[in-house]
Amino acid sequence: MDEKFDVIVVGAGPAGTACAYELAKAGLKVIMFERGEYPGSKNVMGGVLYRKQMEEIIPEFWKEAPLERPVVEQRFWMMDEESMVTMGYKGLEWAKEPYNNFTVLRAKFDQWFAQKAVEQGALLINETVVEACIVEDNRVVGVRTDRPDGDVYADVVVLADGVNSLLAKQLGFHKEWRPDEVALAVMEVLKLPSEKIEDRFNLEPDQGCTIEMFGDVTKGILGTAFLYTNKESVNIGVGTTLSGLMKAKIRPYDLLEYVKNHPMVKPLLEGNESQEYAAHLIPEGGYNSIPKIVGNGVVVVGDAAHLVNAIHREGSNMAMASGRMAAETIITAREVNDFSENMLDSYRVRLMDSFVGQDLKKYKDTTHTFEHHPQYFKEYIPMLNRAAGQMFTVDGTPKKQKQKEILRSMTENRGKLGVLQDLYRAWKVMK
Amino acid sequence: MHIVVCVKQVPDTKIIKMNPKTNTMDRSSAPAIMNPYDVYAVEEAVRIKEKYGGTISVLSMGPPPAVSTLKKCVEMGADDTYLISDRRFAGADTLATSYALAEALKKISSEKGEIDLVITGKQTIDGDTGQVGPGIARRLDIPPLTFVQKIKEIDLGNRKISVHRKREDGYEVVESELPCLLAVESGINEPRYAPLPNMIKAARHEPVVWSVDDLEDIDITKLGLKGSPTIVGKVWAPPKSEGAEMIEGSTDEVVARIVDLVMERKELFQDKEVQPS
Amino acid sequence: MTEQTQRRRRKNPAVDGPLAVYRGVWVYIEVNEGVIAPVSLELLGEGRKLADKLEVDLAGVLIGDHVRHLAKQVFEYGADLCYLAEDPIFEKYRSETYMKVVVDLCEKYKPEIFLYGATPTGKDLASAVATDLKTGLTADTTILDVDVETRLLEASRPAFGGNIMATILCKNHRPQMATVRPKVMQAMEPDPERDGKIIEETFDIREDDLKTRVLEIVKNVKRTVKMEEADIIVAGGKGLKDEKGFELVHRLAETLGATVGASRDAVEAGWIGHEHQVGQTGVTVTPKIYFAIGISGAIQHLVGMQNSRMIIAINNDPDAPIFQAAHYGIVGDAFEIVPRLIEAFDRALHGEEVVEVG
Ligand SMILES: Cc1cc2nc3c(=O)[nH]c(=O)nc-3n(C[C@H](O)[C@H](O)[C@H](O)COP(=O)(O)OP(=O)(O)OC[C@H]3O[C@@H](n4cnc5c(N)ncnc54)[C@H](O)[C@@H]3O)c2cc1C
Ligand SMILES: Cc1cc2nc3c(=O)[nH]c(=O)nc-3n(C[C@H](O)[C@H](O)[C@H](O)COP(=O)(O)OP(=O)(O)OC[C@H]3O[C@@H](n4cnc5c(N)ncnc54)[C@H](O)[C@@H]3O)c2cc1C
Ligand SMILES: Nc1ncnc2c1ncn2[C@@H]1O[C@H](COP(=O)(O)O)[C@@H](O)[C@H]1O
Repeated sequence: MDEKFDVIVVGAGPAGTACAYELAKAGLKVIMFERGEYPGSKNVMGGVLYRKQMEEIIPEFWKEAPLERPVVEQRFWMMDEESMVTMGYKGLEWAKEPYNNFTVLRAKFDQWFAQKAVEQGALLINETVVEACIVEDNRVVGVRTDRPDGDVYADVVVLADGVNSLLAKQLGFHKEWRPDEVALAVMEVLKLPSEKIEDRFNLEPDQGCTIEMFGDVTKGILGTAFLYTNKESVNIGVGTTLSGLMKAKIRPYDLLEYVKNHPMVKPLLEGNESQEYAAHLIPEGGYNSIPKIVGNGVVVVGDAAHLVNAIHREGSNMAMASGRMAAETIITAREVNDFSENMLDSYRVRLMDSFVGQDLKKYKDTTHTFEHHPQYFKEYIPMLNRAAGQMFTVDGTPKKQKQKEILRSMTENRGKLGVLQDLYRAWKVMK
Repeated sequence: MHIVVCVKQVPDTKIIKMNPKTNTMDRSSAPAIMNPYDVYAVEEAVRIKEKYGGTISVLSMGPPPAVSTLKKCVEMGADDTYLISDRRFAGADTLATSYALAEALKKISSEKGEIDLVITGKQTIDGDTGQVGPGIARRLDIPPLTFVQKIKEIDLGNRKISVHRKREDGYEVVESELPCLLAVESGINEPRYAPLPNMIKAARHEPVVWSVDDLEDIDITKLGLKGSPTIVGKVWAPPKSEGAEMIEGSTDEVVARIVDLVMERKELFQDKEVQPS
Repeated sequence: MTEQTQRRRRKNPAVDGPLAVYRGVWVYIEVNEGVIAPVSLELLGEGRKLADKLEVDLAGVLIGDHVRHLAKQVFEYGADLCYLAEDPIFEKYRSETYMKVVVDLCEKYKPEIFLYGATPTGKDLASAVATDLKTGLTADTTILDVDVETRLLEASRPAFGGNIMATILCKNHRPQMATVRPKVMQAMEPDPERDGKIIEETFDIREDDLKTRVLEIVKNVKRTVKMEEADIIVAGGKGLKDEKGFELVHRLAETLGATVGASRDAVEAGWIGHEHQVGQTGVTVTPKIYFAIGISGAIQHLVGMQNSRMIIAINNDPDAPIFQAAHYGIVGDAFEIVPRLIEAFDRALHGEEVVEVG
């Protein structure tokens, strides 16, 4: 292939598409490769799209993007086997423009977003796998695809190929992820009539809610389960660290079945029809796992760069933000015609200064803390449930005495000091 | 050599869901794909072009999303593509379809140059008739060669082509003058993985789209539902029988019962020679 | 004209309207190497029923070189008339020549219904003829009937990959044409007493004016699988997992002296050649015994075998649709049952012989 491009983007997820969109908009000649039949066909996401970062790319996107429901309520469930303590926020201001965030089905959303990039002039090539970067003189100069006559060249290659990023690994930017750096998420889309969804989740037709579940639903393994409402379906999933699964010897889809059959969840799903099932890795190593993300003629964005905030399950927004920042850097680099690592490193600096780097840094120890101290999931959530149960059961015992008993039972196992330590540790990593 | 291939975009009937009450298709349940049999038609055109030179046009009739199918054809190696798309074409049976396609072929011929060969797939998976190809040929007054398994030779000098046509017990070698129409069987070739330059060309490609008004001298009464002699009287779910008698028990019992059932038809085995070993 | 008759006329153009000049049921008689194709005889059987209902003649259309003697058979199988076109130029089938004959005959004698076998030749001919006559043609019909009142042919066929059955009507054009799948209609018992009238037509077609020539006919050297004629078929599907598993089907078939059939998925997996595929895009079969092993029973498969006399299905999924179509069903693992079956049949068939011989 003789034709040369300004930029090659590998992967048409939120990161790659955001990057291609901005580049094409600035008039650069961009080619974007996607191995799936179309963008989104292979993408799995629980389904919350954050307004802010998307809006920075396409203002008022909610007027035309294929969104499911604006989220008006976020619930948190601390679950035991037969009880739960809940917390949440519902705000009807979130039901109005400019909204807060949305549930989406990635298969539709990614396809639409990529089409927007195409309208800006980016060239989208589907069903094509990028197998390797072409490296000459210690510089990435293009990529090799799996198609006949499949080499293509560019000034910069953007790796937006998701969590597994084989390409970055080939370049030696990172090693195989450790099992505690990635979470395995399995999820299912379950079809349900919209009236049922609105009834069961107490919603108006144009409102959605999200439920995050902790505790018994992951059988004590570090992780969370989630349930999000779409227009005519719900997404249910569970994500846990790979190491936790391995230790507990539980198969991920068995865990998902467990969540679906949990007595607090089951009635919400009654009469559903399973539409699709998928499993996917989520980079959860956080700040400490961010690999090398800039090289000569190459930058890494999105999940491939491990940019996920596991605690607040933000990923697509960080992917988009990183894609945009990479694009801005490349546009500047092109003005001076310098695509060296030195020049492109301003992407990394920018990224680390932004909310992406800041947030990831803030939570950098969270996962490990929880993983190394299973008592948070194994003991405190059941304890919380017992406490609430006792407190709210009207049996003639004075409330004061109940509080005493609760405190005693809480400190029974770990002692007062232990509990205090735990609380401090948790506060430190989460604050 | 100017080859035109006719392709159709169809719902994937393999995964289509039917509404059991109304017996109508839930079109949204099935993605639109290029008619699988037409893939072979395009591939064959590309192979002919590789061997004998020339240019490949692709023609489709259908709603606007068919553009994606035409782009697929460019990925495979087609040069130009044409979509005739208009509400007035809708509801066409094979007679009306072949009329509309033949009219479009005439326009392609006058704009891009004489057509030497028209290629269609063996059949579509939705209409499922195999009648459109021969219909087009009759309307253009060129010979239809159906059930083509192989192209033996093209003699451009004498404007002749010879092909293998499938028969129930083998094949026949038929020679025809050019131009003619071939309806090709699926075994005729092995479609290849498209090369990258074609993918890039396809991503940039814009099919030519014509409405009824773009086809001069077309007779509107011969189009669409109005121009179709056949109508669908009724549709119903395929008949179901009452179901099998289930044979249960241990493997031994099951096997014994099957052997009994089969041996009741002893006559089936009587005239069979048993080779003395 | 009273308002009432006007209304009737609009309702029944075929009874007393402009289409009333079209009368009679015709069947195209396909001849291969001097032998009438079985499907043509089946269609004479079915055509007879339609003609009787409509109270019209049934005619066969016989084209070829040295085919006159076949007219007798056409009558024996139910026809009243036989249109004959005999000429050396018709020695081999060609769309060009045959369609000219058929189109001319239709224009001259105006049949109201015209049936063809859904074979390569029948489909090729019918498609070309329908286009020239500007009439409707229903493909791959599996059920035929007529409405005596309106004289409409009700041609029903599987549509949308066999997901539904659709009845196709052709209200305002004649003849009403259909291609009909082999092996779904029943031929009559031939009656040697039956006779009919030959109507011969000559055509002035010269080789020089023709655009196509059949250079050669090549028969498959390896004996083609005559699935249609098999008494016993052992068919296997995707449930046999791989080529090695499919070997069980071959072995059972060998033991029974049966022919091997397959589902499309098995064919597409490359375990066996396409000529063994049973179903909508394969062959239609009607053996006396049909074994379906590891076949789910997708509608596209069922349409090709549901008229078998006895269907025995082995599948490990109790909900597999094949059990709807089968006469006998076994829920179980093919890998366990089939080897045992092979042994048992081996004993039952061959064991006995040995005793007799000895
Ligand atoms: C179960 C689950 C729930 C989640 N929930 C949320 C949520 O609610 N909100 C949120 O913001 N984030 C969520 N995330 C995270 C979010 O999905 C990711 O952070 C985001 O998709 C990252 O975008 P990306 O573009 O970097 O990667 P991806 O979306 O993974 O895109 C990568 C693309 O590259 C393609 N590709 C890969 N390799 C190649 C190759 N060699 N050649 C060509 N193409 C290639 C892939 O097909 C894919 O389309 C969730 C993740 C999971 C798994
Ligand atoms: C337009 C069109 C035309 C088609 N034409 C045809 C056609 O002509 N012929 C045709 O056959 N199909 C045709 N198909 C395909 C058809 O829809 C089905 O996909 C196909 O018939 C399925 O083949 P199968 O039963 O072998 O495979 P599957 O559907 O995968 O079924 C395998 C079966 O084996 C069973 N099984 C698995 N393991 C075992 C075991 N150990 N022991 C016993 N049972 C086991 C399973 O329960 C299952 O029921 C067509 C489809 C389309 C869309
Ligand atoms: N709408 C259409 N547009 C273009 N080609 C078509 C169309 N319908 C049918 N064809 C061609 O005719 C062949 C036979 O179609 P059918 O008669 O519908 O089975 C197909 O394989 C196509 O090549």
